Amino acid sequence: MSSETMTVFSPQLAARFDALVQKYPLKRSALIPMLLYAQDEVGYLSDAVIAEVADRIGITELELRNVATYYSMLRFKPVGKYHIQVCTNISCMLRDGYAVYERFQDELGVGPTGTTPDGLFSLQEVECIGACSWAPAIQVNYEFHDELKPDLVPGILDSYRKKDASAKGEKNA
Amino acid sequence: MPRLVSHPDEVKIVSKRFGQGAAQIDKYIELGGYQSVRTCLEKGPEWIIETMKASGLRGRGGAGFPTGMKWSFVPKQSAKPKYVLVNGDESEPGTCKDHLIFLHDPHTIIEGTIIAGLAIGAKMGFIYLRGEYRYLLEIMEKAVADAYAKGFLGKSIFGSGQEFEIITQTGAGAYEVGEESALMESLEGKRGVPRIKPPFPAVVGLYGGPTVINNAETIATVPHIIAMGGEAFAAAGSPRNGGTRLFGISGHVERPGVYEMPMGYNLKKLIYEVAGGVRNGRKLKAVVPGGSSTPVLLPDEIDIGLDFDQVGKAGSMMGSAGVVVIDDQTCMVEFALRTIKFYQHESCGWCIPCREGTDWLKKSLTRFHAGFGEAKDIDNIQYLAENMLGRTFCPLGDAAAMPTIAFVKKFRKEFEDHLNGKPCPFANHAQIAVL
Repeated sequence: MSSETMTVFSPQLAARFDALVQKYPLKRSALIPMLLYAQDEVGYLSDAVIAEVADRIGITELELRNVATYYSMLRFKPVGKYHIQVCTNISCMLRDGYAVYERFQDELGVGPTGTTPDGLFSLQEVECIGACSWAPAIQVNYEFHDELKPDLVPGILDSYRKKDASAKGEKNA
Repeated sequence: MPRLVSHPDEVKIVSKRFGQGAAQIDKYIELGGYQSVRTCLEKGPEWIIETMKASGLRGRGGAGFPTGMKWSFVPKQSAKPKYVLVNGDESEPGTCKDHLIFLHDPHTIIEGTIIAGLAIGAKMGFIYLRGEYRYLLEIMEKAVADAYAKGFLGKSIFGSGQEFEIITQTGAGAYEVGEESALMESLEGKRGVPRIKPPFPAVVGLYGGPTVINNAETIATVPHIIAMGGEAFAAAGSPRNGGTRLFGISGHVERPGVYEMPMGYNLKKLIYEVAGGVRNGRKLKAVVPGGSSTPVLLPDEIDIGLDFDQVGKAGSMMGSAGVVVIDDQTCMVEFALRTIKFYQHESCGWCIPCREGTDWLKKSLTRFHAGFGEAKDIDNIQYLAENMLGRTFCPLGDAAAMPTIAFVKKFRKEFEDHLNGKPCPFANHAQIAVL
């Protein structure tokens, strides 16, 4: 499929995918990056995303789903605009990662795993994110925040609320 | 932004360009970068492998296999293309050293990859980063593009007429993919389940071609070895354990961080002097010396040198050199539960002893920590873990079983203190929600 035909992706991403399938000695090596980049744009691996990526790689949707379900970052349901991933693995746990996690739950009122009604934030407990010496750490989408304390949680949430408001302001201007 | 730390006992070889802007290619060159690869183009593959053997460098991913020997296993003639694969899937809890290399010194990864390629006669290298490291992947991608623009990568690297291409790749969340054969499966666009060995990757690897797979830190060390000489690098470490290593210290210490210490550096000194000792004036209870899969050490077991052999002799493993320090206010049953919860989550499900074993261990430990354990459970947990050992394709089963066995053996009394409906004796425990 070329970017000129029907696509669920933006023209930029479609063009990127056209290049990506040429990049490797074997086309299928592009599969996992494509799924992740598709998810970044669409929000999750919708049926339409799965159908198009499978077609671009030249595998069946079943084969694609078989691969995609293996990877913990790939998801089949939408999450919030800012997806908060709190590490509670050993190094973070020892430095109060669970208290940080609980504070996020309290501030957002979404329970251990959930999305705020406005769709702005979602919360998830995750395994080690490779920031152990700067624990406790979280990722909001791909952004790291480290050396956290529960009291820093409201400020982090506010910074993303502001980011969202200014993004909306630019859009309307 | 990860905080950089420093201590006078450090010997900075791999980390010497950290914090100096070496992610910019011109800065990297100014600091002596891309000289080693030029030397290697002149000297040729045999010299490179001899230098690597002389350096005593052992794999920094955790297994500690001698790098020079690994490279020498790749057949000189091959009908299929050969590949270099850099493992930046850093996922072992307690480990964050590669994070800093990708952030501060991406070009040393590129240079090391080219050198490995020259040594084994490969024309293509892959640099695989875990999916969570997106900002580091972007740094790496820019570095690769800059190296292409300068002619350091491409059809004729450094005008030598030799070709070398580098492709960066992202994972999408899977600890298991850090195992070398699972890594190749993932790079081929499949589920990251391990392959049976033999054949070993040096003979049949990526796309069926001979492949050398090295940890990112191992590759980052290579240009420094070429620059300083194999013998000089070896001399910086302890016998049979060449050079230095990046130790990621985390947990209950005053000054956590990634410190580059000579191999053989004393673990007790590392905790009490380099990392400032146990924080808040508390006492030491336990140390996990090399990432979450390595058996725990007691305070009276840590007066040892940190190298593959000495930590092995103490009954544990040096692993990924992620040192996790635990204070006396920590519940070890809970720590064991959090550790096994991770392995249960990450088991790929391919081998039954791992898939079922981690699940049963998690269930048993959850029930036990909640106060519903029975005396026989303590032995059962150990028995279950012991029966996982050596019965799986890849080391994940062992990685889950080994620490569990050590927790039960070394902290049996804490397990007993949870019996008969008694609540966890540690007040500020973490309330692990098992979802």
